[in-house]
Amino acid sequence: MNSSTLLLQFLNGLAGASSLFLIAAGLSLIFGVTRVVNFAHGSLYMLGMYAAVWLSERTGFWVAVPLAALGVALLGSLVEMCLLRRIYRAPELLQLLATFALVLLIKDFVLWAWGPVDMLGPRAPGFSGAVEIAGRAFPQYDLLLIAIGPVILLSLHLTLTKTRWGVLVRAATEDREMVGALGVDQRRLFTGVFMVGAALAGLGGALAIPREPASLEVDLAVVTDAFVVVVVGGLGSIPGAFVAALLIGLVKAFCVGLGYSKITLVVEFVIMAIVLVVRPWGILGRPQPLTRISGATHSPVSEPSRKAGFLLAMLAVALLALPGFAEEYALILLTDIAVFALFAVSLHFMMGPGGLISFGHAAYFGLGAYGAGLLLLRAGLPMGLALAAAPLFALAGATLFGWFCVRLSGVYLAMLTLAFAQITWSVVFQWDAMTGGSNGLVGVWPAPWLASKTAYYYLALIVCMAAIAFLWRVLFSPFGYALRAGRDSPLRADAIGIDVRSIQWAAFVLAGTFAGVAGALYAFSKGSISPETLSVPRSVDALVMVLLGGLHTLTGPAWGAALFTWLEDSVSRSFDYWRAAIGALVLALVMGFPLGIAGSIRAWRFSR
Amino acid sequence: MKRLLSLLVAGMLASSPALSQSIKIGELNSYKVFPAFLEPYRKGMELAVEEINRAGGAGGRRLELVIRDDGGTPGDAVRAAEELISREKVDVLMGTFASHVGLAVANLAAQRRVVFVASEPLTDKIVWENGNRYTFRLRPSTYMQVAMLVPEAAKLKKQRWAIVYPNYEYGQSATASFKKLLSEAQPGVQFVAEQAAPLNKIDAGAVVQALADAKPDAIFSSLFAADLQKFVREGNTRGLFRNLQVFNLLAGEPEYLEPLKSETPEGWWVTGYPWEQIDTVEHRRFRDAYQKRWKQHPYLGSVVGYTAVHAVAEALRRADSADSEKLIAALKGLEMSTPFGPIRWRSIDHQSTMGAYVGQLARRDGKGAMVNWRYADGAKFLPPDEEIRKLRKE
Repeated sequence: MNSSTLLLQFLNGLAGASSLFLIAAGLSLIFGVTRVVNFAHGSLYMLGMYAAVWLSERTGFWVAVPLAALGVALLGSLVEMCLLRRIYRAPELLQLLATFALVLLIKDFVLWAWGPVDMLGPRAPGFSGAVEIAGRAFPQYDLLLIAIGPVILLSLHLTLTKTRWGVLVRAATEDREMVGALGVDQRRLFTGVFMVGAALAGLGGALAIPREPASLEVDLAVVTDAFVVVVVGGLGSIPGAFVAALLIGLVKAFCVGLGYSKITLVVEFVIMAIVLVVRPWGILGRPQPLTRISGATHSPVSEPSRKAGFLLAMLAVALLALPGFAEEYALILLTDIAVFALFAVSLHFMMGPGGLISFGHAAYFGLGAYGAGLLLLRAGLPMGLALAAAPLFALAGATLFGWFCVRLSGVYLAMLTLAFAQITWSVVFQWDAMTGGSNGLVGVWPAPWLASKTAYYYLALIVCMAAIAFLWRVLFSPFGYALRAGRDSPLRADAIGIDVRSIQWAAFVLAGTFAGVAGALYAFSKGSISPETLSVPRSVDALVMVLLGGLHTLTGPAWGAALFTWLEDSVSRSFDYWRAAIGALVLALVMGFPLGIAGSIRAWRFSR
Repeated sequence: MKRLLSLLVAGMLASSPALSQSIKIGELNSYKVFPAFLEPYRKGMELAVEEINRAGGAGGRRLELVIRDDGGTPGDAVRAAEELISREKVDVLMGTFASHVGLAVANLAAQRRVVFVASEPLTDKIVWENGNRYTFRLRPSTYMQVAMLVPEAAKLKKQRWAIVYPNYEYGQSATASFKKLLSEAQPGVQFVAEQAAPLNKIDAGAVVQALADAKPDAIFSSLFAADLQKFVREGNTRGLFRNLQVFNLLAGEPEYLEPLKSETPEGWWVTGYPWEQIDTVEHRRFRDAYQKRWKQHPYLGSVVGYTAVHAVAEALRRADSADSEKLIAALKGLEMSTPFGPIRWRSIDHQSTMGAYVGQLARRDGKGAMVNWRYADGAKFLPPDEEIRKLRKE
């Protein structure tokens, strides 16, 4: 690599960094003030792209860009006023569920409105050609992008430091209750922030169209990138996001330039893991200020009453008796539900009582699944042994990753779990000889005596019920109480001699191992596994199940898993736009049951 | 009176048990993940079913399509397939798009002893390494399509080749096959750069730059969809394709060519489907029927869906039964006519000999088109039988 190619790749990296920054700035702003983990940020970006392509055929590119940004901003403020405003006081992360529903709705809306074919936008008039730099052609538009990034950074910085609104936003980022107490109308502030954040997402999308087509896959790709940039930079820090975007953009360009293109699959997550291990609050971030309304105030989950225990036991008996009456497919679906219930309960174990949020729980599910597949197909173990030993893979993974993760807290912790999950995913995805690469492992079937659907249903049901009962039991053991103490008041827990970090680490490992049990059962029920078992959407599914059921309940996650799995199965069969249908249903549930299904039922019963 | 009588007879026939007991095809596909390909695919299937039922069904029985979305993941696809088998009691499984989903369903089909016509997945493994007696595949595989391009590539006698591909099985095996076949056809050829781009997330500027730095004489690419569009635009702006020969798998398929519009790079060698120019009798009949039914031109997906349904119907007719074993016997060696001309379902590996059109890209009135094209018959681009027997462990 000589100096001219070095310079060119440097410029490529800068252009990439600018577009990353545009995506991330809005998200950082929104999170900093409202604490909403906005999953729909990528969808707003996608809307900006489609709107800009559509508009530029009518108004020309340069008019289309601000119009698209404005349109998305209006939509953003609408979302804030009609939806998020109603649930700020709900348990943290419920907003995440609401924005997840928005992702589904927006995706199907875009499909309906603009059709399935990718739309390549026009080149930007005035910047359509290339200039010669060091003997190479370099796109003029990329030069423009390189300039736009710092301009946006500067104008955001000036707005935040020199205007009254900016001062209030910064104050709210520091301590939003205090700002409220001083008489600032938080509602208008939040709406404004959300609007600006959405405008930035829309602008980012609109400015991307000369470089890439508007397509339906953009949303999820963009939102993970945005989260990585925001977290690496430090939550709520706009300059931090800029630095992080530079770092990631440049590293990516040089990976490609130096011939290590395969690593681009995962490089941003490697960077994120390293940064978070070294600097737990990101490059320019500061320790998260405590919020006073949410967190720490949930009434503790109590042991199921005698009556509830009896009902649960009756349910178990009914499930065991079911194969006598039900058709074969019901057993197949219930096997899936049992597996996902265990998966969700294991996530809830660390997330609810443990307070350790995970965005990467699928890693342990997938490790268990791959453990089963590898032991069966590569090591030639009999099925029973493979199933029994597979969770050890998840245990090993959780032990290693957990050690790093429990050193962080809040969203940083969640993002580190995501980073480790993505790293694991990319190893599985690219290690062809061992894991079968993107195709995965095929032919992971149970032993002949378990091959019938009834037999396998019994196996899955009994293992999952036992595992769930065990996890619930642990919550009411001294270990479980210590875990909860660590969540509610780390300082006091420490003062009475609880080693909070070790307890959390143990909870992480236990949760991961049981996710691995679910994964191994899943592998044998499907006969094949592929990297999607440890991908981001699988982790998100688990989160949705837990939140849908109720984070601060005991049995909620199991109900959430049952409802979500059943919904996906039945709705996808009945509606063409089934994604939107599920999105609308989840949204209705969020508004109707802000504490999750089980949580709301409990609250309603206690209030009577 | 005569008309009334014939109507009466038709009515009686329609309600007779032979016709009323329909044959169910269980079709599952990732309609929401790959809508650009699969919406036309669905229209093609529905057209075929209407044609067949209007002509009295397959072997005297009506065809019925039961369509499921597989969510694009093997786990959900297997569940959807199980539902089709155990609740809907379908006679044949059909569909799937992505390779990993196709392989998972193929494996399930063998486990449940149901015939599976994998219409779209391109992976070589589904009929070779992981092939099984219940699985048949319609489309020309990655290997076959690469093999169709290699003779043209070898003709150029270019020494230095650079490669770019989406980083998953399809791109990897396209690259491996290309390197192997070209080295055989042109000993001493050099591969000077290889870029693996994450699917849907190619860093096009950096990739184009890195390819240019390697100073290749020619490029082989297996990019498609959004990645292809990004790559083409960056390459055009940065002048990468000037004085360079480019070969790109699949880029001539209308699904991927149409979005390129005025960016369409001239002279690229591609595999694809020039629907507006194919004037054989079979194709014209298909195209007219499709346009009449859907007020839209056919895409490659339309041909695949249409042909897959007709293949199942042919097999049912020949087997005169929906029994899996009889269907397998009927499909093995089945010869049938398709919009692309006659094809045969090989008994050695259950691969159909459906081909693809090989040609060069050109711009016509600001739109992409294929020129200098010819039909490459799939039968001519498969490895010798002994190699296949080695790969297929049945």
